[in-house]
Amino acid sequence: MSVIGFLIPLALAMGLGSLGAFFWAMQAGQYEDLDGAANRILLDDEPGADC
Amino acid sequence: MNAPSVLSPPAEALVDSRFTVPGMRCAGCIGKIERGLAAVPGVGAARVNFSARRVAVSHASALSDDALLEELRKLGFEAERAADNPLARDDAETRRLTRALGVAGFGMMNIMLFSVSVWSGADAVTRGMFHWISALIAIPVVAYAGMPFFASALMALRYGRTNMDVPISIGVLLATGMSLYETATGGEHAYFDGAVMLLFFLLAGRVLDAMMRGRARSGIAALLGRMGRGAHVLQPDGSTRYVEADRLVPGMTMLVAAGESLAADGRVIEGRTTVDASMLSGESEPRPAGPGDLVHAGMMNLGDPVRLEVTAAAQDTALADIARLMDEAGQSRSRYVRIADKAARLYAPAVHSLAFLSFVGWMLAGAGVYHSLTIAVAVLIITCPCALGLAVPAAQVVAASTLMKRGLLIKDGSALERLAEADEVLLDKTGTLTLGEPRPTNLEALDARQASVALALAQTSRHPLSRGLARALAAAGIEPAPVAAIGEEAGAGMRGRLGGVEVALLRPEVETGGLAVDLLVDGTRTRIAFADPLRADVTETLAALKAQGLSASIASGDRAETVAQVARALNLFATAGMRPTDKLALLERRAVAGHRVLMVGDGLNDGPALAGAHVSIAPGGASDVSQQAADAVFVGEKLMPVATAVRVGRATMRVVRQNFALAVGYNLFAVPLAIAGYVTPLIAALAMSGSSLIVVGNSLRLARAAGREGAA
Repeated sequence: MSVIGFLIPLALAMGLGSLGAFFWAMQAGQYEDLDGAANRILLDDEPGADC
Repeated sequence: MNAPSVLSPPAEALVDSRFTVPGMRCAGCIGKIERGLAAVPGVGAARVNFSARRVAVSHASALSDDALLEELRKLGFEAERAADNPLARDDAETRRLTRALGVAGFGMMNIMLFSVSVWSGADAVTRGMFHWISALIAIPVVAYAGMPFFASALMALRYGRTNMDVPISIGVLLATGMSLYETATGGEHAYFDGAVMLLFFLLAGRVLDAMMRGRARSGIAALLGRMGRGAHVLQPDGSTRYVEADRLVPGMTMLVAAGESLAADGRVIEGRTTVDASMLSGESEPRPAGPGDLVHAGMMNLGDPVRLEVTAAAQDTALADIARLMDEAGQSRSRYVRIADKAARLYAPAVHSLAFLSFVGWMLAGAGVYHSLTIAVAVLIITCPCALGLAVPAAQVVAASTLMKRGLLIKDGSALERLAEADEVLLDKTGTLTLGEPRPTNLEALDARQASVALALAQTSRHPLSRGLARALAAAGIEPAPVAAIGEEAGAGMRGRLGGVEVALLRPEVETGGLAVDLLVDGTRTRIAFADPLRADVTETLAALKAQGLSASIASGDRAETVAQVARALNLFATAGMRPTDKLALLERRAVAGHRVLMVGDGLNDGPALAGAHVSIAPGGASDVSQQAADAVFVGEKLMPVATAVRVGRATMRVVRQNFALAVGYNLFAVPLAIAGYVTPLIAALAMSGSSLIVVGNSLRLARAAGREGAA
């Protein structure tokens, strides 16, 4: 039962970590262009790709 | 997967320029633009924002905007300089709400970890410890995520009014306070999860609302069309410089190339050309303009390049007068009260009174202050404004994205409400019922070889006739012939060589007002005539509107003969020769007669009417000013999005009313339970999420409201 004294802070720290990652991603502009991000995975690397 | 990065940093400082490229359609376009621009000498990097249809280029300052526009054109994309981020303020608001949502989500999920164990029967010591940890999480979360509501509530109270945010703020603060007291005295019931969950669902509603507005606005901004936003001005030393429209002053000499829109009123000094005044007057017949003639901002130069002396610019142009008319007409629109605000006006006092009465009632019944306060807080929380807060945005967001897939961009939710209320449609002619650009009328006269030569020549030019010809031929599936050495002579036409023989698209020897072109192939000249055709599905759209109970009529600035032709073809009542003030007066007469008019128009002369109508839609090729005045913008060559908009608007309002009914029904069920004292935090949490999920689920039904593709 004493393991809970370790698990609870760990869970909270992980939660705070993901919140921090979310804030960082927002600030780095990763949510500015959601449609573009979705479409970029379809980009071919060779030139002359058609629309 | 991503754009190639710059390998070696350039030696000099780079400047940033931004352009809107409305023609981007897919992943291939993103790659083409980024790679193509990065290959231009002087360009450091190019990054496409696909959602906003923009590209940001960092380049050497020696490389001008015009050169970059030319490069984009060479890649096959029409582009314009982007205005300096008019959406910055809205974006900041959305970001603030999203951050608050993230924090509330974190708090809600982590507090729930502890609440679940407490509800499952944790005993005194464990329960006390978990309550303290929940308190530790909840207090910063409520302070941060609650700020949008507290700030709004404070502002309302300062003016002696209440809005939806006042009971929410009171509920959240009281719940947190009571739970703290409960925790400190080792009691059983703490409401931390309920308070934070309340904030989470409400913020979800607000973020959805803000995102919908943001997306529609950037979509419209990306469509910024042919209005001249600047001009090339001749400098005293003989060079030319690009000057923004609002910095032009009378006396400057403007050079206007073929295909360019005028950015200011002016008098022709040198050159003779024809201008297209349809955006201002609705007349589709181009007018000749020679030295001494007055032309206005918003007209497009169709023929030869000319020099103009600026006579009126920025605020003094005829265009600006129209803009002012629009501003005044639009005042009445801002007084429209959205259904959500009407609900809030009833909701806030009702909830306050109910909570207060429960408190008083229980005090009178002999329970202590603490017990009565607990029940009052339970009442405040369980009259979940979540469902009400989500009822309208959830439905409107789903409706807006359904419409966006059909080519209609709605600016905000009240537009959907007003669309549902419309009972009459007023249509402009040029650009609305018709395509607004010249299309060839006698393509059947060309054989396959002539057609493919014509396409090869036309697709390299920006002239409106070339563009119309290229589009019509491409739509017919013609492939361009391999014509070499294509050159455009301003005002004369296009020439090229095919197999050693000269081919050309030439201006007809006998002047026909600019609406015909001669195709020279194998020594024979064939005349291609142009006209401004009606949109392909006008009759179906009018039938669909009639089926929904909207009677249609035409109000156009064009001459009576041309309007009468269209009116007879469509069997509609029409008024011709209308000026902007006339259209506005017509709308006011209809409004006084008790009708709610949907105005569909594109030209600057429609601007005041678009601003003053009950609800208005503009086609995507319209001027900036009209697009900003209209409530919605439709893209593409079909008129059907207008009828779809009305249908979806009505479906949305039905769903919104259903959502309200569900929310109220839930309240009628839950509030007596709360007043009777049976509501524990567990029940409150379950009830809140349940009601929100039901409202969102009901709203998702709107995804099919637009019907099947091609159906009315």
